[in-house]
Amino acid sequence: MPRIVVEVMPKPEILDPQGTAITHAMGRLGFDGLGEVRQGKRFELVVTAADEATLAAVREAAATLLSNPVIEDVVGVHVLDEGR
Amino acid sequence: MRVGVVTFPGSLDDGDAARAVRLAGAEPVRLWHADADLHGVDAVVLPGGFSYGDYLRCGAIARFAPVMTSVIEAAGRGTPVLGICNGFQVLCESHLLPGALVRNEAQRFVCRDQRLRVETTATPWTAGFEAGQEIVVPLKNGEGGYVADEDTLDRLEGEGRVVFRYVGPNPNGSAREIAGVSDPSGRVVGLMPHPEHAVERGYGPGTDGLTVFTSLVAGALQGVLA
Repeated sequence: MPRIVVEVMPKPEILDPQGTAITHAMGRLGFDGLGEVRQGKRFELVVTAADEATLAAVREAAATLLSNPVIEDVVGVHVLDEGR
Repeated sequence: MRVGVVTFPGSLDDGDAARAVRLAGAEPVRLWHADADLHGVDAVVLPGGFSYGDYLRCGAIARFAPVMTSVIEAAGRGTPVLGICNGFQVLCESHLLPGALVRNEAQRFVCRDQRLRVETTATPWTAGFEAGQEIVVPLKNGEGGYVADEDTLDRLEGEGRVVFRYVGPNPNGSAREIAGVSDPSGRVVGLMPHPEHAVERGYGPGTDGLTVFTSLVAGALQGVLA
């Protein structure tokens, strides 16, 4: 069965306290120079067919349930490459 | 007056909300998340807690519970709705109120007696306060930072829809110290602090919270007399 991946990130202008905490921990562990961390979410949906109609439904679900457009952006909706 | 109090899986403060309604002189009616029937209530309280474990986002899954379809319809007809803490998050996820609640700026769960300023008395839930009155009620949340874009914040301020504001140090990083807002009609109000935990002497920081519920009841009585 094909899988579709949806990726959601906090909007750039929204403060991301979790990402900030991770950034500070990175510095403490000596991972210097890795810059600012922002934490998002990845969803995997098992579907019967990864066709255009299904992708359209997933995009709608991503916009209505999987993300809150006030604070988050859907940054990716794509079919998972099972060949890897 | 009959006031519905919704219980979602993971609601914590539905019992206290029902008690506050009773102490204010109204009849609490317990509503169940899976039941779309509001049983003819005159107002609805969405209580605090961790509905559906706060999975996905706080309030995001509760927003799609059968009872919420009815609550959203009732709000559209002018039924007063109060969302407290998790209930505020549900109202934002339902788009009945603008903005969203995000994780506290300091990453810590906050639990304290919190001083608030009542910024408007033009809502059924605050009509019994004095404008500008300061009150103290408990605040307890991990994701209580109120955010909205600048245009929305300006509109809320301009239209008098900031209902409660934090006084003193900002407890959770909320934009413009906003603790509670209303919809354009003023009938739908959400706030992060917990008035239902400050309704009885000897329990909690005082009885300032009771006025939220007596305001509603007094308004309903005036409506009957008018």
